[in-house]
Amino acid sequence: MTSAPITVTINGARKTLNVSSRITLADALRDVARLTGTHVGCEHGVCGACTVIIDGLAVRSCLMLAVQAAGSEITTVEGLANKGEFSALQASFRKHHAVQCGFCTPGILTTMHALLREEPDADEERIRDVLSGNICRCTGYVQIVEAVMEARASYSRGSAA
Amino acid sequence: MKFPPLRYLTPQSLDEAIALLEQHGADAKLLSGGQSLMPMLAFRLASCSILIDLKFVPGLDRITVTDRGVELGSRVRWRDIEHDVRLPTVQPLLSMAVKHIAHYAIRNRGTVGGSLAHGDPASELPALAVACGATIAIAGPNGRRSLPAEEFFLFPLITALEPNEVIVSLHFPPWPKARSFGFQEFSRRRGDFAMAGAIVFFDQDKDQNICSPHIGAFGIADTPLRLGEAEKFLLGNRAGSRIFEEAAAHGVRNVDVRADIHADSDYRRALLATLVNRALVEAAQRTSP
Repeated sequence: MTSAPITVTINGARKTLNVSSRITLADALRDVARLTGTHVGCEHGVCGACTVIIDGLAVRSCLMLAVQAAGSEITTVEGLANKGEFSALQASFRKHHAVQCGFCTPGILTTMHALLREEPDADEERIRDVLSGNICRCTGYVQIVEAVMEARASYSRGSAA
Repeated sequence: MKFPPLRYLTPQSLDEAIALLEQHGADAKLLSGGQSLMPMLAFRLASCSILIDLKFVPGLDRITVTDRGVELGSRVRWRDIEHDVRLPTVQPLLSMAVKHIAHYAIRNRGTVGGSLAHGDPASELPALAVACGATIAIAGPNGRRSLPAEEFFLFPLITALEPNEVIVSLHFPPWPKARSFGFQEFSRRRGDFAMAGAIVFFDQDKDQNICSPHIGAFGIADTPLRLGEAEKFLLGNRAGSRIFEEAAAHGVRNVDVRADIHADSDYRRALLATLVNRALVEAAQRTSP
């Protein structure tokens, strides 16, 4: 087994993580960077709980080795809030009661944040299509869809929301 | 499950990648987007101690459109296909079908070469390649070769790729204007592996009779297939609901259909017939620009 330091930017801060090459990015974020907002569910890419944003794109951090992320810019769910204030998307989730147990929520927030930054005018069908990659077993998806729909307004002028 | 101990290598050229494969043999696997290989490693369905990441190998991530067709580099991601503005005109079937591949976040990393090398019988791209008569360009220690997709997929997850070879690209032949096409698949959750899927396209001569019918099926047998018997039903006939239903029903009769926990073989065969019929009806209404 090889172990090597990698440098990544996590939520705007440059960090050097010492990781063995077998470690997934999800585990590196949780166990090495100590950012436990990224949740590990199925560990084979199906549930979507571990989704983070890498260089602007939503990806499964369980299907990626940490060493593959070397040099990249990573946003985790911890990076969505601004100085302790919820982002518009997060606030909308609270307003619409789009969270129940909360296990799937980090992956849904990161996925929807990446989607709305790229497609601020995504319609309900598109949102539901993308949401199909994130499994929530508590709430049903109605409130989640409502929350995302309402948050779209904050993304419309290329703002980071 | 966590991954087994791994060494991670990043060759800077195709030659270096092939040399590493030669050197490490069965201990090594190529890594592209990792959206199939990583789950396989997590499940211990695949095992290796060395991963050779192709991300720094230049020239594999291009989509090339010429009058000889469309060439997808092996590191082209589903996302790249979805966003390519040329493909809806020059290869509309691929452009439409890519939306059915996996989920949004998976499409951000999954690649053409990875899907071909993985060779899942329920995957869309291998089936598109077989249905369209695409060819796969391969590089190895003795140079390049190319193989028709139909000869590439041998058994579930087993392909004709040698352990010391790298997939370079996938080439689709030219797509004529006014070709009719349809794509249908059925899965338990949107984006999941299809329990069955059908790909159809055909052209029509000046008398509106069907010529060059192509019907592909996936998720039903050991490899993606062409349904030759269904194609024969269509050839030379006018498009219409009766001939579509007959082609669908007869075309699946002699297919060796697999069974699994989600569908026994009778159900899967009936599902395939339904999907072939729907894809034909769709094709009759959808003609490329």
